[in-house]
Amino acid sequence: MTSHIGLMLVFSAAVSIVFAVLARDEPKQQIALGARLFGGFVGAGILIGWLLYPLPL
Amino acid sequence: MRAAAADRAQSPSAIYLICAVAWLIPGAGHLWLGRRQKGVVFLAALTLMFAFGLWLEGRLFPFEITQPLVVLAAIADLGIGGPYLVAKALGAGAGRVVAITYEYGNTFVIVAGLLNMLVVLDVFDIAKGRK
Repeated sequence: MTSHIGLMLVFSAAVSIVFAVLARDEPKQQIALGARLFGGFVGAGILIGWLLYPLPL
Repeated sequence: MRAAAADRAQSPSAIYLICAVAWLIPGAGHLWLGRRQKGVVFLAALTLMFAFGLWLEGRLFPFEITQPLVVLAAIADLGIGGPYLVAKALGAGAGRVVAITYEYGNTFVIVAGLLNMLVVLDVFDIAKGRK
């Protein structure tokens, strides 16, 4: 649960839910937007993680 | 589905009262205006997010005016409203800087507060009759 990826998934889910419910009124649209946001957050997180991988940080 | 209470604009004093309640209890503004589904989701998601941040040993930042970034974090923390006041009263949110989850906890707590500010702005728009 406290791994980086686990926390990123929990964080992405929470933020996606709030954004989707704020931005859309109908439950179907909320689920669709929430799923897209969640995928975007997780995908971007993994992509940026790999882009940073070669850097000597 | 929109409830009738949310379809008409509220009086100016009522708008600010609803916004204050929305800040104090995440989701309460939407519940007040008849948007039950949204209110319940905000209440659950934001409160759990804040509590999760504290569980991860995040810190409730103090208002240290000599450190502008800390003040910004404190303002963001305060955005969650009631849960912040309850946590402060219970002595939670001291933060443990050496904990491996410290920064993650801070992120959860700060973002929960910022999201609640967005929720309050949404309540303001609904109460004004714009949405």
